[in-house]
Amino acid sequence: MTITVAGVQKEYEDGINVAKLIELEDVETPEYVTVTINDDFVDRGAFESTIIIDGDNVEFLYFMGGGH
Amino acid sequence: MAFTNEQLERYSRHIILKEVGSKGQKKLLDSSVLIIGAGGLGAPAAMYLAASGVGTIGIADADEVDLSNLQRQIIHSTNDVGKAKVLSAKETMEAMNPDVTVNTYRTFVSSDNIMDLIKDYDFIIDGTDNFPAKFLINDACVMAKKPFSHAGIIRFKGQLMTYVPGQGPCYRCVFKNPPPKDAVPTCKQAGVIGAMGGVIGSLQAMEAIKYILGIGDLLTGYLLTYDAINMEFHKIKLPTYTHNCAVCGDNPTITELIDYEQAECDGVL
Repeated sequence: MTITVAGVQKEYEDGINVAKLIELEDVETPEYVTVTINDDFVDRGAFESTIIIDGDNVEFLYFMGGGH
Repeated sequence: MAFTNEQLERYSRHIILKEVGSKGQKKLLDSSVLIIGAGGLGAPAAMYLAASGVGTIGIADADEVDLSNLQRQIIHSTNDVGKAKVLSAKETMEAMNPDVTVNTYRTFVSSDNIMDLIKDYDFIIDGTDNFPAKFLINDACVMAKKPFSHAGIIRFKGQLMTYVPGQGPCYRCVFKNPPPKDAVPTCKQAGVIGAMGGVIGSLQAMEAIKYILGIGDLLTGYLLTYDAINMEFHKIKLPTYTHNCAVCGDNPTITELIDYEQAECDGVL
Protein backbone atom coordinates (compact mmCIF):
# COMPACT_ATOMS: atom_id res chain seq x y z
CA MET A 1 0.00 0.00 0.00
CA THR A 2 1.02 3.60 -0.50
CA ILE A 3 0.60 5.95 2.45
CA THR A 4 1.83 9.45 3.24
CA VAL A 5 3.93 9.79 6.38
CA ALA A 6 4.83 13.33 7.47
CA GLY A 7 4.18 14.56 3.95
CA VAL A 8 6.27 11.88 2.20
CA GLN A 9 4.74 9.04 0.14
CA LYS A 10 5.93 5.62 1.28
CA GLU A 11 5.29 1.95 0.52
CA TYR A 12 4.39 -0.36 3.39
CA GLU A 13 2.97 -3.86 3.53
CA ASP A 14 -0.79 -4.07 4.03
CA GLY A 15 -2.29 -4.62 7.45
CA ILE A 16 0.16 -2.81 9.74
CA ASN A 17 -1.23 -0.96 12.73
CA VAL A 18 -0.20 2.44 14.13
CA ALA A 19 2.06 0.86 16.78
CA LYS A 20 3.95 -1.05 14.06
CA LEU A 21 4.31 2.07 11.89
CA ILE A 22 5.73 3.97 14.88
CA GLU A 23 8.32 1.21 15.20
CA LEU A 24 9.10 1.06 11.47
CA GLU A 25 9.40 4.85 11.25
CA ASP A 26 11.78 4.84 14.22
CA VAL A 27 9.74 7.53 15.96
CA GLU A 28 11.61 9.42 18.67
CA THR A 29 10.03 9.19 22.15
CA PRO A 30 7.23 6.88 20.88
CA GLU A 31 5.55 6.89 24.31
CA TYR A 32 4.71 10.58 23.91
CA VAL A 33 4.04 11.01 20.20
CA THR A 34 0.66 12.26 19.03
CA VAL A 35 -0.62 10.63 15.83
CA THR A 36 -3.14 11.86 13.30
CA ILE A 37 -4.54 9.86 10.40
CA ASN A 38 -6.33 11.87 7.73
CA ASP A 39 -6.35 14.91 10.04
CA ASP A 40 -7.96 13.09 12.99
CA PHE A 41 -6.27 12.19 16.27
CA VAL A 42 -5.73 8.50 16.99
CA ASP A 43 -6.20 7.76 20.70
CA ARG A 44 -3.08 6.31 22.29
CA GLY A 45 -5.16 3.34 23.44
CA ALA A 46 -6.07 2.60 19.82
CA PHE A 47 -2.54 2.40 18.38
CA GLU A 48 -2.72 -1.44 18.25
CA SER A 49 -6.25 -1.70 16.95
CA THR A 50 -5.98 1.02 14.28
CA ILE A 51 -4.96 -0.54 10.96
CA ILE A 52 -3.46 1.78 8.40
CA ILE A 53 -4.99 1.52 4.94
CA ASP A 54 -3.89 2.45 1.44
CA GLY A 55 -4.01 6.20 0.86
CA ASP A 56 -3.89 7.17 4.56
CA ASN A 57 -2.14 10.37 5.52
CA VAL A 58 -0.26 9.82 8.78
CA GLU A 59 1.39 12.55 10.85
CA PHE A 60 3.51 12.34 13.99
CA LEU A 61 3.42 15.33 16.34
CA TYR A 62 6.17 15.68 18.89
CA PHE A 63 6.54 17.48 22.18
CA MET A 64 8.94 20.36 21.74
CA GLY A 65 9.62 22.03 25.05
CA GLY A 66 12.49 24.41 24.40
CA GLY A 67 12.22 28.11 23.80
CA HIS A 68 14.40 29.93 26.22
CA MET B 1 -4.45 60.63 17.00
CA ALA B 2 -2.59 61.70 13.88
CA PHE B 3 0.85 60.34 13.09
CA THR B 4 3.85 62.55 13.68
CA ASN B 5 6.23 63.10 10.77
CA GLU B 6 8.70 60.83 12.49
CA GLN B 7 6.10 58.07 12.79
CA LEU B 8 5.14 58.45 9.13
CA GLU B 9 8.77 57.90 8.21
CA ARG B 10 9.43 55.15 10.76
CA TYR B 11 6.42 53.10 9.66
CA SER B 12 6.48 54.08 5.96
CA ARG B 13 7.20 50.51 4.76
CA HIS B 14 4.17 49.32 6.73
CA ILE B 15 1.87 52.15 5.71
CA ILE B 16 2.57 51.57 2.02
CA LEU B 17 1.31 47.96 2.31
CA LYS B 18 -2.35 47.76 1.37
CA GLU B 19 -2.88 45.14 4.10
CA VAL B 20 -1.58 47.57 6.73
CA GLY B 21 -1.98 51.20 5.69
CA SER B 22 -2.29 53.99 8.23
CA LYS B 23 -5.35 52.27 9.69
CA GLY B 24 -3.41 49.08 10.34
CA GLN B 25 -0.45 50.94 11.79
CA LYS B 26 -2.85 52.72 14.14
CA LYS B 27 -4.20 49.29 15.18
CA LEU B 28 -0.67 48.13 15.96
CA LEU B 29 0.06 51.25 18.01
CA ASP B 30 -3.18 50.73 19.95
CA SER B 31 -2.53 47.02 20.55
CA SER B 32 -0.89 45.10 23.37
CA VAL B 33 1.03 41.82 23.34
CA LEU B 34 2.37 39.87 26.32
CA ILE B 35 5.51 37.80 25.81
CA ILE B 36 6.09 35.13 28.43
CA GLY B 37 9.81 34.31 28.46
CA ALA B 38 12.51 36.76 27.31
CA GLY B 39 14.64 34.02 25.80
CA GLY B 40 15.35 32.35 22.47
CA LEU B 41 11.79 32.78 21.19
CA GLY B 42 10.78 35.83 23.19
CA ALA B 43 13.83 37.90 22.18
CA PRO B 44 13.21 38.09 18.42
CA ALA B 45 9.44 38.20 18.93
CA ALA B 46 9.78 41.18 21.28
CA MET B 47 12.19 42.99 18.97
CA TYR B 48 10.01 42.67 15.86
CA LEU B 49 6.89 43.65 17.77
CA ALA B 50 8.65 46.69 19.22
CA ALA B 51 10.06 47.68 15.84
CA SER B 52 6.60 47.23 14.29
CA GLY B 53 5.11 49.72 16.70
CA VAL B 54 2.97 47.44 18.84
CA GLY B 55 2.10 50.11 21.39
CA THR B 56 2.21 48.10 24.59
CA ILE B 57 4.45 45.09 25.09
CA GLY B 58 4.50 43.11 28.33
CA ILE B 59 7.43 40.86 29.07
CA ALA B 60 7.48 38.29 31.86
CA ASP B 61 10.58 36.43 32.99
CA ALA B 62 12.18 35.76 36.37
CA ASP B 63 15.68 35.04 35.04
CA GLU B 64 18.86 37.02 34.79
CA VAL B 65 20.94 37.17 31.62
CA ASP B 66 23.57 34.43 31.53
CA LEU B 67 26.53 34.22 29.18
CA SER B 68 25.16 30.95 27.79
CA ASN B 69 21.99 32.78 26.68
CA LEU B 70 23.71 35.11 24.27
CA GLN B 71 24.19 32.58 21.45
CA ARG B 72 20.45 32.95 20.70
CA GLN B 73 18.78 35.56 22.93
CA ILE B 74 19.60 38.52 20.73
CA ILE B 75 17.70 41.09 22.77
CA HIS B 76 20.47 40.86 25.41
CA SER B 77 24.10 41.91 25.02
CA THR B 78 27.36 40.93 26.65
CA ASN B 79 27.12 43.96 28.95
CA ASP B 80 23.73 42.69 30.20
CA VAL B 81 25.09 39.50 31.80
CA GLY B 82 23.76 39.38 35.35
CA LYS B 83 20.96 41.88 34.66
CA ALA B 84 17.27 40.94 34.95
CA LYS B 85 16.18 39.74 31.51
CA VAL B 86 13.01 41.81 31.60
CA LEU B 87 15.06 44.97 32.25
CA SER B 88 17.58 44.18 29.52
CA ALA B 89 14.71 43.41 27.11
CA LYS B 90 12.93 46.65 28.03
CA GLU B 91 16.07 48.72 27.41
CA THR B 92 16.58 47.16 23.98
CA MET B 93 12.96 47.63 22.93
CA GLU B 94 12.81 51.22 24.15
CA ALA B 95 16.04 52.03 22.33
CA MET B 96 14.58 50.52 19.15
CA ASN B 97 11.30 52.39 19.28
CA PRO B 98 10.26 55.14 21.72
CA ASP B 99 6.60 54.68 20.67
CA VAL B 100 6.46 51.44 22.65
CA THR B 101 5.49 51.18 26.31
CA VAL B 102 7.15 48.13 27.85
CA ASN B 103 5.68 46.59 30.99
CA THR B 104 8.01 44.23 32.84
CA TYR B 105 7.00 41.36 35.10
CA ARG B 106 9.98 39.82 36.83
CA THR B 107 8.23 36.65 37.85
CA PHE B 108 7.57 33.02 37.05
CA VAL B 109 4.15 32.37 35.61
CA SER B 110 2.01 30.29 37.93
CA SER B 111 -1.63 29.55 38.53
CA ASP B 112 -1.61 32.44 41.03
CA ASN B 113 -0.57 35.19 38.67
CA ILE B 114 -1.19 34.18 35.05
CA MET B 115 -4.82 35.28 34.80
CA ASP B 116 -3.84 38.72 36.08
CA LEU B 117 -0.87 38.89 33.72
CA ILE B 118 -2.80 38.07 30.55
CA LYS B 119 -6.02 39.91 31.23
CA ASP B 120 -5.07 43.29 29.75
CA TYR B 121 -3.33 41.98 26.62
CA ASP B 122 -4.76 41.37 23.15
CA PHE B 123 -2.42 38.50 22.26
CA ILE B 124 -0.04 36.26 24.20
CA ILE B 125 3.25 34.75 23.02
CA ASP B 126 4.50 31.59 24.71
CA GLY B 127 8.27 31.83 24.70
CA THR B 128 8.81 29.49 27.64
CA ASP B 129 11.06 26.46 27.74
CA ASN B 130 9.16 23.98 29.84
CA PHE B 131 5.96 21.98 29.61
CA PRO B 132 4.38 23.06 32.92
CA ALA B 133 4.49 26.69 31.70
CA LYS B 134 3.29 25.77 28.19
CA PHE B 135 0.26 23.89 29.55
CA LEU B 136 -0.44 26.65 32.08
CA ILE B 137 -0.39 29.32 29.34
CA ASN B 138 -2.67 27.19 27.15
CA ASP B 139 -5.21 26.52 29.88
CA ALA B 140 -5.21 30.13 31.09
CA CYS B 141 -5.69 31.47 27.55
CA VAL B 142 -8.53 29.00 26.89
CA MET B 143 -10.23 29.96 30.16
CA ALA B 144 -9.71 33.72 29.64
CA LYS B 145 -10.60 33.43 25.92
CA LYS B 146 -7.28 34.94 24.84
CA PRO B 147 -5.50 34.15 21.56
CA PHE B 148 -1.92 32.93 21.85
CA SER B 149 0.97 31.53 19.89
CA HIS B 150 2.60 28.33 21.12
CA ALA B 151 6.10 27.47 20.00
CA GLY B 152 8.88 25.08 20.88
CA ILE B 153 12.45 24.70 19.65
CA ILE B 154 15.13 22.09 20.14
CA ARG B 155 18.32 21.14 18.32
CA PHE B 156 17.64 22.04 14.65
CA LYS B 157 13.85 21.82 14.91
CA GLY B 158 11.02 24.13 15.78
CA GLN B 159 7.24 24.15 15.78
CA LEU B 160 4.40 26.54 16.36
CA MET B 161 0.63 26.79 16.38
CA THR B 162 -1.84 29.58 17.05
CA TYR B 163 -4.89 29.33 19.27
CA VAL B 164 -7.79 31.69 18.76
CA PRO B 165 -10.86 31.03 20.93
CA GLY B 166 -13.55 29.20 18.98
CA GLN B 167 -11.43 28.90 15.85
CA GLY B 168 -9.59 25.64 16.28
CA PRO B 169 -7.81 23.28 18.62
CA CYS B 170 -5.75 24.28 21.65
CA TYR B 171 -2.32 22.93 22.66
CA ARG B 172 -3.95 20.42 24.99
CA CYS B 173 -6.09 19.03 22.15
CA VAL B 174 -2.81 17.95 20.53
CA PHE B 175 -0.66 17.12 23.56
CA LYS B 176 -3.03 15.98 26.27
CA ASN B 177 -0.75 16.20 29.31
CA PRO B 178 2.84 17.24 30.01
CA PRO B 179 5.34 14.42 29.59
CA PRO B 180 6.98 13.15 32.78
CA LYS B 181 10.03 15.04 33.99
CA ASP B 182 13.07 14.42 31.78
CA ALA B 183 11.13 12.15 29.40
CA VAL B 184 11.55 14.67 26.59
CA PRO B 185 14.85 16.54 26.36
CA THR B 186 15.10 20.28 27.00
CA CYS B 187 17.33 22.72 25.09
CA LYS B 188 19.73 22.76 28.02
CA GLN B 189 20.15 19.01 27.76
CA ALA B 190 19.96 18.64 23.99
CA GLY B 191 21.13 22.00 22.62
CA VAL B 192 19.51 24.34 20.13
CA ILE B 193 20.93 26.18 17.16
CA GLY B 194 20.81 29.89 17.94
CA ALA B 195 19.08 31.04 14.76
CA MET B 196 16.17 28.65 15.44
CA GLY B 197 14.79 31.12 17.98
CA GLY B 198 15.03 33.79 15.30
CA VAL B 199 13.05 31.75 12.78
CA ILE B 200 10.31 30.54 15.10
CA GLY B 201 10.13 33.61 17.39
CA SER B 202 9.79 35.84 14.32
CA LEU B 203 6.95 33.64 13.07
CA GLN B 204 5.25 34.11 16.45
CA ALA B 205 5.60 37.88 16.06
CA MET B 206 4.14 37.56 12.55
CA GLU B 207 1.12 35.68 13.90
CA ALA B 208 0.55 38.37 16.56
CA ILE B 209 0.79 41.13 13.94
CA LYS B 210 -1.61 39.35 11.55
CA TYR B 211 -4.05 38.76 14.39
CA ILE B 212 -3.95 42.44 15.38
CA LEU B 213 -4.36 43.59 11.77
CA GLY B 214 -7.05 40.98 11.09
CA ILE B 215 -5.38 39.84 7.88
CA GLY B 216 -4.52 36.54 6.22
CA ASP B 217 -4.69 33.01 7.57
CA LEU B 218 -3.39 32.29 11.03
CA LEU B 219 -1.91 28.97 12.13
CA THR B 220 -5.18 28.05 13.80
CA GLY B 221 -5.97 24.40 13.19
CA TYR B 222 -2.41 23.67 12.08
CA LEU B 223 0.92 22.79 13.63
CA LEU B 224 3.80 24.15 11.57
CA THR B 225 7.08 22.30 11.95
CA TYR B 226 10.49 23.39 10.73
CA ASP B 227 13.50 21.14 10.25
CA ALA B 228 16.58 23.23 9.54
CA ILE B 229 18.81 20.28 8.63
CA ASN B 230 16.53 19.20 5.78
CA MET B 231 15.36 22.79 5.27
CA GLU B 232 11.73 21.70 5.39
CA PHE B 233 8.64 23.46 6.63
CA HIS B 234 5.66 21.14 7.12
CA LYS B 235 2.14 22.26 7.96
CA ILE B 236 0.15 19.57 9.75
CA LYS B 237 -3.62 19.94 9.63
CA LEU B 238 -5.30 19.31 12.97
CA PRO B 239 -8.89 18.27 13.66
CA THR B 240 -11.19 21.28 13.60
CA TYR B 241 -12.61 20.61 17.03
CA THR B 242 -11.69 18.13 19.75
CA HIS B 243 -14.92 17.30 21.54
CA ASN B 244 -13.12 15.42 24.31
CA CYS B 245 -10.38 18.01 25.04
CA ALA B 246 -10.02 18.33 28.82
CA VAL B 247 -9.92 22.13 28.72
CA CYS B 248 -11.62 23.39 25.53
CA GLY B 249 -13.89 20.42 24.73
CA ASP B 250 -17.63 19.90 25.24
CA ASN B 251 -17.34 18.87 28.89
CA PRO B 252 -14.08 20.27 30.27
CA THR B 253 -12.62 18.35 33.21
CA ILE B 254 -9.92 20.99 33.79
CA THR B 255 -11.68 24.03 35.19
CA GLU B 256 -8.90 25.28 37.43
CA LEU B 257 -5.30 26.04 36.53
CA ILE B 258 -2.69 23.41 37.32
CA ASP B 259 0.92 23.98 38.44
CA TYR B 260 2.68 20.90 37.13
CA GLU B 261 6.05 19.95 38.59
CA GLN B 262 8.92 21.43 36.58
CA ALA B 263 11.86 19.48 35.24
CA GLU B 264 14.82 19.94 37.56
CA CYS B 265 17.10 21.27 34.87
CA ASP B 266 14.90 24.21 33.98
CA GLY B 267 13.52 25.61 37.14
CA VAL B 268 12.78 28.98 35.60
CA LEU B 269 10.74 30.16 32.66
